[in-house]
This record gives sequence, C-alpha cells and structure tokens, in this order.
Amino acid sequence: MPVRTGGEAREATWTDWMRSAMGGDQAAYRRLLEALTPVVRAAASRGFARAGLGTSDVEDVVQETLLAIHLKRHTWDMSQPLMPWVVTIARNKLIDQLRRRGRRTDLPVDDFAEILPAPAERDPTESGDVDRLLGQLGDRQRDIVRSITVEDRSIAETARRLEMTEGAVRVALHRGLKALAALYRREP
Amino acid sequence: MRTDDFLGALIADGEVRPAPLGQGFVLALLGGTAATAALFFATIGPRPDIASAAQTLRFLLKFVECAALAAAAFVLVARLVRPGAAAGFGAAALIGVAALLAGAVVTELLVVPSADWGRRLVGTNWYHCLALIPILSIAPFAALMIAARHGAPTRPHLTGAVVGLVSAGIGAFFYAANCTDDSPLFVATWYTLATALVAGLGAAVGGRVLRW
Repeated sequence: MPVRTGGEAREATWTDWMRSAMGGDQAAYRRLLEALTPVVRAAASRGFARAGLGTSDVEDVVQETLLAIHLKRHTWDMSQPLMPWVVTIARNKLIDQLRRRGRRTDLPVDDFAEILPAPAERDPTESGDVDRLLGQLGDRQRDIVRSITVEDRSIAETARRLEMTEGAVRVALHRGLKALAALYRREP
Repeated sequence: MRTDDFLGALIADGEVRPAPLGQGFVLALLGGTAATAALFFATIGPRPDIASAAQTLRFLLKFVECAALAAAAFVLVARLVRPGAAAGFGAAALIGVAALLAGAVVTELLVVPSADWGRRLVGTNWYHCLALIPILSIAPFAALMIAARHGAPTRPHLTGAVVGLVSAGIGAFFYAANCTDDSPLFVATWYTLATALVAGLGAAVGGRVLRW
C-alpha cells in the first residue's frame, strides 16, 4: 500500500524549493543546498567507508557534488522529482573521487536510498581540495570566490572592495566556479 | 574551506540563470542539419535521375531509415545528458530502426535472385559512402557535441556514440539523395559501416570532452 512517508514529503518539499530556486528565489536555493548538504555528506561517508577509506576527505566529495549540482541544475527536468537527479550526480561524483583514490567503484544504488544524520564536518582549519584548487585560479577569480565564501561578503560589497562593477564580479564568480569544476576533473 | 562558506558562492551565483538544456539541442540539430544541407548542395548535390528514383520504394526507404535513425538517436541523447533520466523511448526506437533495416534486408533477399545479391551488396559507390557520410556528419557532430557539453552525461562514451548516430543519420540522409545504390543490402552494409565509424569517433571524442 503506498504510504507517503516523512522522507517522501521532505523530498517533495525539496523539489518545490528547487523549482522556486530555478525561478530566481535565492532564499529557496539556500534552504535547498543547506538541506542537501547533510544528505550528500552521509552518502559520501558511507561510500568511503565501504571502499575502506577514512572519512577525512569526505568533505571534498560533498563540495564537488554541491558544485556539480549547482553548475548543472539546468539538466534537471522540472516536471520530475528532484532526488533521483541529485542521487545520480552524487553517485557520479563519489565514483570519480574513489577512482582518483584507486578504489573500486561498484557502488550499490541503495547507498543513497536511506538518509541518515551526517557526521560532523572535518576540522575547518584543515585545507581541502577547494582551497588547493582555488590557488590554481587567476588572482581575480580567487579573490572574488574567497571574498564571497570565507569572508562572507555580498556581491555588492565584493564589487566595492575590488573596485569592479557588480556585473563583472558576477561574471568572474561564475567563471571561477566553472574553472574550479574543471580543475576537479583534471585531478589525477 | 567550510562547506557552509562554499555554499555562499553557489547561492550568489544562483542568480544567473543557465540557458535551458533542450533549447541548445534543438539549435544544434537545426544548425547542424542546415550546415550539412548547404555543404551537400554546394558540393555533390542530388543524383541526376532523382525524379525517377523518387518513384521507387528502395530509394525512398533510405530516407525513412536515415531520418528514423537521426530522430531516435536524438531522443535518446536528450535523455542521456540528464542525470537520472531513463533512456526509455529513444533506446526502444533505435532498436525499431534496426528492425526496420533488418526487415528490408530480408525482403530484398526474398524478392531478388541470389545471383544478384553480391552485385547489389557491393554496389558501385561504396567508397563514396564510407567517405561522404562521415564528412556530411561533421557539422551536426560538432554542434551536438557542444550542446551535450552543456548537459551532464553520466556515460560520456555512450553519449558521444549516440551523438555520432544522430550526426551519421543526418549525413546519410543527404548522402542518400546522391547515392545510386538503393538496395537494402547495400544500405545495411555500407551505410551501417559509415554510421559505425562516426559513432566510434563519437565515443572516443565523448570520453574526452563530455566529462563534467
């Protein structure tokens, strides 16, 4: 008998948030990405555990996955539920990361079926892939990404501080994120 | 960097709306086909006896098969670039195209005396076929590969191969108007071989350029 479980209702909410986000609702986009983060983290932790790896680099998979979800969000068919799309991207990124570490990549699908509370994030002083790859971006792109992330400034503030137009900051931020995704891909 | 901080960059960038995926594919299909049509009419053009050829079933069947191949593969590639989308109808339609060709071959074998099979299979222009179909496929191949890069294919080699199938279908559709070999035996051999060449190239290129 089909019963609408708590999980299904939550997934339907996430689908709605993504629809709003695609329509330009930034608050909905923030809520969605914050909700997806622990789900992706839990799945990545299980994948790492299954491959016999410690969880110290799990946050790198989480960040690469979130970046892919962001940059490829137009590939989601808005008439479909969101989670199968998210799960496919998360599995893909996890497999890429495991491959780079030379691990087996035959992950069962049900690794993602169940969503458990995620373990704590790693020590924030420890630097991960993003920090290292940011170092390979151009100075301007790196300054802008750092300003908006680590320093938590808005696009307007960043533009003032770097004496750029807001439009130029937006373009550089977008290019910076795309470049970051390309750098992940180029990792051995 | 903390993931919460990293999200800030994604949310800030979320204001810029990416171009819809389907739109790019339709533009690539139309643009690639137009470029192939221009190349075809500027170079080899249709065969001189096209008016009388168009009265024959064998000649017309070539266009049905090529168009069906391009259409089925296009539907499939549009799914392959969306993570989690079922291949579904496109894959079934491709099998249908293969079945149509197999049916035509069997019919040809039944209606043509076996002494003629060899002559019809080898035809007169098989080397044209092997060279011209790939050449006429170049424009849609490039355009669709660029469109596919905007997507997120989880199987880059397969997606590249299917881009090759769409392009070869388009290239073969135009080449068929120039080609004087109309027997399904010829089509099933040489058109298929030319298509396989383009699909193989697509798999190789896709494996390199369709990663994300």
